[in-house]
Amino acid sequence: MTIGIGHYLTVAACLFTLGMLGIFLNRKNVIVILMSIELMLLAVNINLVAFSYFLGDLVGQVFALFNLTVAAAEAAIGLAIVVVYFRNRGSIAVEDINMMKG
Amino acid sequence: MALTAGFFYLFAAFSVAAGVMVIVAKNPVHAVLFLILAFFNAAGLFILLGAEFLAMILIIVYVGAVAVLFLFVVMMLDVDFAELKAGFIKNAPVGLLVGGIVLAELVLLFAGRGFGLGVAHAPGAAIAQTAAHVSNTQALGLILYTKYVYFFEVAGLILLVAMVGAIVLTLQHKVGVRRQSIAAQVARTPKTGVEIIKVPSGGSIIPAAEVQS
Repeated sequence: MTIGIGHYLTVAACLFTLGMLGIFLNRKNVIVILMSIELMLLAVNINLVAFSYFLGDLVGQVFALFNLTVAAAEAAIGLAIVVVYFRNRGSIAVEDINMMKG
Repeated sequence: MALTAGFFYLFAAFSVAAGVMVIVAKNPVHAVLFLILAFFNAAGLFILLGAEFLAMILIIVYVGAVAVLFLFVVMMLDVDFAELKAGFIKNAPVGLLVGGIVLAELVLLFAGRGFGLGVAHAPGAAIAQTAAHVSNTQALGLILYTKYVYFFEVAGLILLVAMVGAIVLTLQHKVGVRRQSIAAQVARTPKTGVEIIKVPSGGSIIPAAEVQS
């Protein structure tokens, strides 16, 4: 049985849904929410590379590379914010983050 | 071909299982370790797709930097993670409902077309053509440094901003800590450092500091 693009898209869809589900289930824990976002970005990268391969176009991989860059920057900034927040408030529970009454 | 399919199912099953464990793990350290497992298996999928460079970047950047950063933060923060897990069961039904709907929609979108999507006429044809003389890394570099060089520089700028931002956010100046001030030391002259006092013969001098106290 040959592995088509649909197989890769299915794996990516599963990972993306898992990332979304992680945000739903762990609504209190910022760190697990950030990890769920990383899972979703990984799913997007799998999609990009799969289309790059099956369409025979290398641009998809270039885009996935930039995607990795942005994901790394996002993780660094997000974790820095978590550390600063913990230092100031002594908690990282999401429901405690309501100073701005948004 | 059967070997490729076997490896695909191996990597796919492990990455999805690791993804499940990331979101249900009680201990966030375990969640980070399962995230690393998911990244490794995704790198395996990338290699099956002929993207060796991205697979290596995924391992080096994601496992080596991002996941270790997560591990670092999880271990550094002294948080009661069991308490943060409290709403897990309460949120589970609606989360599973929405997740199931989204997954069903995503899969039906291309499963309805027989998984072919009409694009897989010659998988990897153009890439395989170039791969005869250049490797994936070289081919990627050939277009990244020519056609997409501005995007590449913007990516470097994004990383610079992220680095500066992370440092600015987490750097803290403690008050009451005596530090070495090199500028003040270098700017010190004999005029500010030495005081010449004429002592009268037979008399004594009381230093100014002792007079004040």
